[in-house]
Amino acid sequence: MKTGNTKRFALTAVIAAVAFAMLTGCSKSEAGTVSTDGSTSMEEVIGVLGEAFMEENKNITFTYNPTGSGSGIQAVQEGRCDIGLSSRSLKDDEKAGGLTETVLAYDGIAVIVNNENAVNDLDLDTIAKIYKGEITNWSEVGGNDTQIVLIGREAGSGTRDGFESITGTEDECQYRQELTSTGDVITTVSQNPDAIGYASLSAVSDSIKALTVGGVAPNEATVKDGSYVIQRPFVLVTKNDTKLSAAAQKFFDFATSADAVELISSAGVVAAK
Amino acid sequence: MKNKKAFGKIFEAVMHAVFLLLGLVTVGCVLLITVYLVIAGLPAIRKIGIVNFVCGDTWRSTANPPSFGILPFIMTSIYGTAGAIVIGVPVGFLTAVYLAKLAKPAVRSVVSGAVSLLAGIPSVVYGLVGMLVLVPNIRRLFHIPDGSSLFAAIIVLAIMILPSIINVSVTALEAVPREYEDASLALGATPVETYFRVSVPAAKSGIAAAVVLGVGRAIGEAMAVMMVSGNAPNMPSLFQSVRFLTTAVASEMAYASGLQREALFSIALVLFLFIMLINAALNFFLKKR
Repeated sequence: MKTGNTKRFALTAVIAAVAFAMLTGCSKSEAGTVSTDGSTSMEEVIGVLGEAFMEENKNITFTYNPTGSGSGIQAVQEGRCDIGLSSRSLKDDEKAGGLTETVLAYDGIAVIVNNENAVNDLDLDTIAKIYKGEITNWSEVGGNDTQIVLIGREAGSGTRDGFESITGTEDECQYRQELTSTGDVITTVSQNPDAIGYASLSAVSDSIKALTVGGVAPNEATVKDGSYVIQRPFVLVTKNDTKLSAAAQKFFDFATSADAVELISSAGVVAAK
Repeated sequence: MKNKKAFGKIFEAVMHAVFLLLGLVTVGCVLLITVYLVIAGLPAIRKIGIVNFVCGDTWRSTANPPSFGILPFIMTSIYGTAGAIVIGVPVGFLTAVYLAKLAKPAVRSVVSGAVSLLAGIPSVVYGLVGMLVLVPNIRRLFHIPDGSSLFAAIIVLAIMILPSIINVSVTALEAVPREYEDASLALGATPVETYFRVSVPAAKSGIAAAVVLGVGRAIGEAMAVMMVSGNAPNMPSLFQSVRFLTTAVASEMAYASGLQREALFSIALVLFLFIMLINAALNFFLKKR
């Protein structure tokens, strides 16, 4: 009876030890694995690439940790992952810290309004004025006589950074709401007839209306040829002084190769090559 | 035989060590969190300056130059929690009196079941329902451009703290000795008079503990309020978009870097101090009982 108990106890201890070992094992990168960490906006494109890459290289495990651009950059800096993913260009202090960026693709940022909104087109300047609070009523831009409700993303978000730097509204936006995900922005705009927001082009759906900017509709062709002006880079971040592992290098080459262009396009963004 | 006894002794000792270890894990976690928060939270406070940090009324973490004033968050957390208490406590308290003293067993089992269920609903569900039902209706009802506001957050929080208030108050009211009530009834008081003049005063420290527990729950909630409060760092006003201490940390953490990230840890430290205060108050009331 007693020995039975100790056996069971020993078994539990072993299981616990194994579980613990597995938990700690996760964060380490070993040969045959590629770990990426970063931008949540890049989830779709990196998911497609990772899947195709693993299909070709059965012995390599590909992981993606959707933590956000800032966290991803920090992770690669601290060596916690092979490749960092950022949906904004690196800042100067990050480059000075020994990091290199490689543009993987361009993502258009769509300016979205409620389907009931009569406005279909705004130019960049008007969008900037609206977000700065200089235009506060839809009637001033050809809509109903209602107050404009500004929806944006939280400080530090790649989409917000991209939108504000392109429209020249950095630190001047009079947001009514600062939401933490693209999905939240779309849901909120679809709920409020007076709302205006911005979101990744790839996330635009029927539940909201994407405005044309200066007469140019946001789509892959207009982002690629540069005529649609609100767009931002998707960046692979690597460390200067550390060589990528063989597996990680293989993925890096794959993602930046001509073969990947079609896959990247299938994720709704425009390949850089 | 002797061998077996010796083995038993060793086994006892080993198990004792295991239990002690497990107990220490809990204490260790609390210590680790406290030490980590202080270490992670102090540098930014030192860089920004305690007065600028706690009393500054502008939060623009990514602006150039950035400003890190968390007074709007502190005030919002206090106002929001106070609002939730003002609405939640009367409803919860009266429900508790009803459940503990007046309700028929059948009604009681249905209502307590509903209260338990309310406690079990994940906060993200409260947030989702608030976002899709409450926010658009507040917008329509009050003719404001957008329904995401302190008011929406207060309503959601008031509902979320109901179960804690009700459950703890019911327990406190049920612990009142039957003789007190019998004496009051024998002296000619009506049942309702008895409950409010005898039972409630006798259970007051327990009820106070319930309120403090509700405050703790409300001030620590992040997910649900993040979805209904709009998250703009304004000074609190009932129908304005606001940001709480909890949501200030949660909403910017994903993409934060540098001083912004450190400042978020400092906000967490301030929140932690608030929770410690509330915990101390709770202990005080419980000891009194």
